[in-house]
Amino acid sequence: MNRLPIDALNPTETGAARVQKLFRTTAFKLSLAYLAIFTLCAFLALGYVAWNARAVLDDQIVSTIDAEINGLSEQYNAGGLRRLITVVERRSREPGASLYLVTTAGGDHVVGNVGFVPAAILATPGQSETRYGRSDSDAEAHRAIVRVFTLPGGFRLLVGRDTEERDRLRAVIGRAFGTSVAAVVLLGVIGGWLAASRVLRRVDAMTQTTRAIMAGDLDGRLHVAGNGDELDRLASSLNQMLERIGELMRGMRDVSDNIAHDLKTPLTRLRNRADEALRRPSTPDELRAALEAVIEEGDGLIRIFNALLMIARLEAGSAREIMAPLDLGAAAQGVGELYEALAEDQGFTLAVAAQDGVVVEANRELIGQALANLVDNALKYGVPSGGGPGRIVVAVWREDGFARLAVSDSGPGIPEGERTHVLARFVRLEQSRSRPGLGVGLSLVNAVVRLHRGTLHLRDNEPGLRVEVSLPLAQGDAVGAADLDRLEAR
Amino acid sequence: MTMLSEPRSPDPRGALWTGSMRLLIIEDDRDAAAYLVKAFRETGHVADCAHDGLDGYALAREGAYDVLIVDRMLPKLDGLSLVRSLREQKVATPVLILSALGQVDDRVKGLRAGGDDYLPKPYAFSELLARTEALARRQVGSGTAEETRYRVGDLELDRLSHRVTRSGREIPLQPREFRLLEYLMRHAGQVVTRTMLLEHVWDYHFDPQTNVIDVHVSRLRGKLDKGFPSPIIHTVRGAGYVLRVDEGVAG
Repeated sequence: MNRLPIDALNPTETGAARVQKLFRTTAFKLSLAYLAIFTLCAFLALGYVAWNARAVLDDQIVSTIDAEINGLSEQYNAGGLRRLITVVERRSREPGASLYLVTTAGGDHVVGNVGFVPAAILATPGQSETRYGRSDSDAEAHRAIVRVFTLPGGFRLLVGRDTEERDRLRAVIGRAFGTSVAAVVLLGVIGGWLAASRVLRRVDAMTQTTRAIMAGDLDGRLHVAGNGDELDRLASSLNQMLERIGELMRGMRDVSDNIAHDLKTPLTRLRNRADEALRRPSTPDELRAALEAVIEEGDGLIRIFNALLMIARLEAGSAREIMAPLDLGAAAQGVGELYEALAEDQGFTLAVAAQDGVVVEANRELIGQALANLVDNALKYGVPSGGGPGRIVVAVWREDGFARLAVSDSGPGIPEGERTHVLARFVRLEQSRSRPGLGVGLSLVNAVVRLHRGTLHLRDNEPGLRVEVSLPLAQGDAVGAADLDRLEAR
Repeated sequence: MTMLSEPRSPDPRGALWTGSMRLLIIEDDRDAAAYLVKAFRETGHVADCAHDGLDGYALAREGAYDVLIVDRMLPKLDGLSLVRSLREQKVATPVLILSALGQVDDRVKGLRAGGDDYLPKPYAFSELLARTEALARRQVGSGTAEETRYRVGDLELDRLSHRVTRSGREIPLQPREFRLLEYLMRHAGQVVTRTMLLEHVWDYHFDPQTNVIDVHVSRLRGKLDKGFPSPIIHTVRGAGYVLRVDEGVAG
């Protein structure tokens, strides 16, 4: 058997250890994994938005520039460089994000609202993004998209547009991105923490219960929260398992109790007989008789032992596989016939009253054994208290869709108050038995009845004891019974 | 079947097997095996033993044994597989299976595997001896058609007409008494135990916990012996019953 890591289950742990344990939980690890996935998704989604927004804005800027250029080129075509300069001068004075610059071939400022632009930009015609400074301020901190043309005579024309608006939007998106990722991470960690500690609490509770059970509290059961989640399902399956184990344990304990109880007396007797034979000088005949008595006691012991073993086996639910349809009436007749002579010898009348065709799904041997035990008990304990001949009746009939079997005697019976007690003692097998032998025999009967999914009741036979057994009818027979009832109702 | 009309000397233990049986005991518990070998030798039989399934199988295949006594749980090859293999190899030696698993279904499994009888542990040696002798006798008798008439001393049983006579006088018997006598006569001279009677006459394999069989036997005995000087059904203490004619009385 594997040793359980008891230290890991220690409930009196430090806070750090608890946090560490929390991080190790499956719930927390799952939360972290989900968190990573969500963050990645948020990242991708916002990135996509930002990228698209930028593309749209860039397109807008470029098309504005295109429109300006078209206008300027019309002016240039209509009125040459002079007209262009006049228009540029006028437009430069208008407030806005549009940028204009006309320079000489050497780069000297002719007209325009751009004060500074890198010389390399002016030297290469075409579109580019650059830093620039406005002519009305010293700051160079602006950025723009510009397009440069070379005009006849080496003049350069720069048309552009400030990208501040676009950059601001980008900044806004970036901030939103950061905030939302931070929120996702924070909420994820908190959620994971909560989920993990909730699960951990329940698992800890389970662990504690399990430890208590391991320590010997076999009646302990895991708490079922009742919300039907997977932990609940696990807990209730484990509880069912514990219940079954407990049942088997109780059965075993009862059997060992019983073995101790039932075997002690005959063992003592056996030992005393052997002892006595040894102590006294005896003739070979006396020794032989003593030995035979010892063997007889031994056989009795074997018999009790077999019965106890059989009860244990039946309680464990084996032997269910060899059941076949059995005519209960015929079985009762058979056992009745077996016991009739013995009953007569002991001053009883034994009668069997059996309906025909009461068929149950059963093991013939076990039912025979149960019947034999019931008749045997009736013979042992059914002697009428007032004297006179005892009467034992074995009855088999069909009632309410069940096969019924009753063995009744005319003995002193069992007082009503004690009947449940006696029945309870079947389950636990009695500890103090007033009538030796009754326990094992009836316990075996009860075990057989339970194996056949039946019930056993003790009733007053007025006077006497009436043991009533109900067994489920065999499938085909149950249909027949229903048909019969219908016929009778007509 | 050989008729046992000749008187034979009773064994002090009640075992009346005249020939000696050759037995093979396949049992891994060495103490139990040694006890059985000794006990069988003391009752006049020859017993070998094997301590695991494979050895047992080899011995059972080559040796000419009258009966094999096989424990169910054996190392290397379990008892049931051993019996099944023997039967597949057309070895027809009677097998008595011994088992600590004394459940009804275990007995059924044992017989299905090809065993001829099944005895749960713990058992009384007298029970094992009686059953082994019955198996050995059956082996001797096998091959010949079942007799329709049994005769032991002056007692005769006709299986066809269901008539029983002693010294020519008819004895009326109930059907169950007839079957009881039939079984006792088929095993005349052999000890039959109470459980053997319960199994073969009533077809029950459970333990009746009382002397229920004794009453039936004593009633039968009463009917058979009434008016005759010598009893024909004898009680063997600690074992069971034997039907035989006492020395010097039978003719």
